[in-house]
Amino acid sequence: MLLESTEKNMSNETLLTGKKAENGIKESLFLFTLYICVTIAILTLMTLIYDVLSTGTTRLTSDYEVGLITKIQIDNPVDFLTTLDSRYPDRAGIGPAFAGTVWLMIIVVSVTFPFGTGAAIYLQEFAPKNRLTRFIELNLTNLAGVPSVIYGLLGLAVFVRLAGFGRSVLSGGLTLTLLILPVVIVASREALKAVPDTIRQGALALGATKFQAVFRQVVPSAIPGMVTGMVLGLSRAIGETAPLIFMGALTYVNYFPDTPLSGFTAIPIQVYNWIGYPQAEWKETASAGIILLLGLLLIMNSLAIFIRNRYEKDL
Amino acid sequence: MDTKETIQVSSENVFNVKDLSVSYGDFVAIKNVNMDITKNKITAFIGPSGCGKSTLIRTFNRMNDLILGAKVNGTITYQGVDLYDKMVDPVQVRRRIGMVFQKPNPFPKTIKENITFGLKVNNMTDNIDDRVEKALTQAALWDEVKDNLDKNALELSGGQQQRLCIARTIAVEPDTILMDEPCSALDPVATKRIEDLMQELVKDFSILIVTHNMQQASRSSDYCAFFTTKTSDDGKRRTGELVEFNETSIMFTTPEQELTEQYISGRFG
Repeated sequence: MLLESTEKNMSNETLLTGKKAENGIKESLFLFTLYICVTIAILTLMTLIYDVLSTGTTRLTSDYEVGLITKIQIDNPVDFLTTLDSRYPDRAGIGPAFAGTVWLMIIVVSVTFPFGTGAAIYLQEFAPKNRLTRFIELNLTNLAGVPSVIYGLLGLAVFVRLAGFGRSVLSGGLTLTLLILPVVIVASREALKAVPDTIRQGALALGATKFQAVFRQVVPSAIPGMVTGMVLGLSRAIGETAPLIFMGALTYVNYFPDTPLSGFTAIPIQVYNWIGYPQAEWKETASAGIILLLGLLLIMNSLAIFIRNRYEKDL
Repeated sequence: MDTKETIQVSSENVFNVKDLSVSYGDFVAIKNVNMDITKNKITAFIGPSGCGKSTLIRTFNRMNDLILGAKVNGTITYQGVDLYDKMVDPVQVRRRIGMVFQKPNPFPKTIKENITFGLKVNNMTDNIDDRVEKALTQAALWDEVKDNLDKNALELSGGQQQRLCIARTIAVEPDTILMDEPCSALDPVATKRIEDLMQELVKDFSILIVTHNMQQASRSSDYCAFFTTKTSDDGKRRTGELVEFNETSIMFTTPEQELTEQYISGRFG
């Protein structure tokens, strides 16, 4: 009972054309455009990395030829990491800045993880669904988009001045905490939302209190997502320069920070500083600093992916 | 297999339901429910989709409390105590009245941890290994998993997962087990195993089961409650109502209500 036109279309002639499924011109053009986009994005990234590597590795390898006068020079990564800054580009090390960044990371993780995950657990599991909660959620999303410079001003007012911590690594760490807290809270909430409700119901049906159900079943399931969110937030924090400059990180630091209240600098600030000097050799030193920063970011992102994969395999 | 035979000849009631209705906001899901549930028997709730059977069974262990806007009117007494009395702790209720869900929902942990979770939250940690073994044996799962207690529960088959859920429910020693369509996500072989298991479990527990499967109700249960929906006057809302409640053997041979007879002979549903 097929229509005549359908019969014609469904005859064996139209089946056995000998051609493979082919794209029309429009589809080919579209695919080509997509390829161009991908190529541009990757090429840009590759160019940046190549440029940085070619300039900076001289400072990190022993191929560097020593000048006639200077006998001390930095020519390997360990020296680079442990030496202080200097007037001379070939003697300048990133030691204090690296130490500063490590201090900052420790402070950021110690404060952000408990507060960020705690806030997320409260908002997702315990808070009543009323206007106040919705208002808070709306504000969190907005805060994640506020320019980082504003956080620098906030840090200056609250931590440096009001709390009296001064221009210390503690103030810097707390400022960065505020910066990434909205992001960590949102990521943790997503991790909690991803835990199926059937788990909560199953736990409650066994006579568990809400507290027991949340902390013994839901949160452990959400931990991988929360840790991933924390690591990604951290990788954003270590690259931030503007808020630290605003709250008063120093730019020429010739000592390693020894207490949370000591002055400090961080890798991005140090690099920013070196680039500003007129001598050409500083470019190599600065590039070495950038390689270090990229290396740190690579390690952290790999860690996040590793954690996520390992826990996804367990399920 | 634990062969503690407790044949209750007395028709003691474990639940008494009077004029019960449940509403979500202003939508009445089920109303006018009156019945007495007999101890150590299997009582089945049957009826077409949407007649509030799942809603009703969830009132027996106060799981409806978790849904925003859910309200229970009327009384439901458990061994003489009004379950919805202000002095009653829902957490204690759920320990005494366990629940097995439609889709098996084991925790994403090891088999052993699935059982020990319930034991730990209820402070039943003495002889914990023996308790785990007893629960798994009663749920007809011990032989299959005894060498793999540290295996992740999600690696078990659907039928095994559901038996694990039953095991963890009975590990905390309730006296009633509520089952909300426990076999609807399982294949016929796994379904049969659970039905056989129910016949063993009823010696120690009272069982209420919601089922879509009429044959399952007629062959497995002792008592049956048949529900249907009534459309509201404006045609927009459907509310569930109890049509008939009787011993299964009577209901399936000489039902009292015409509607029951129609449902059982497959004329609607």
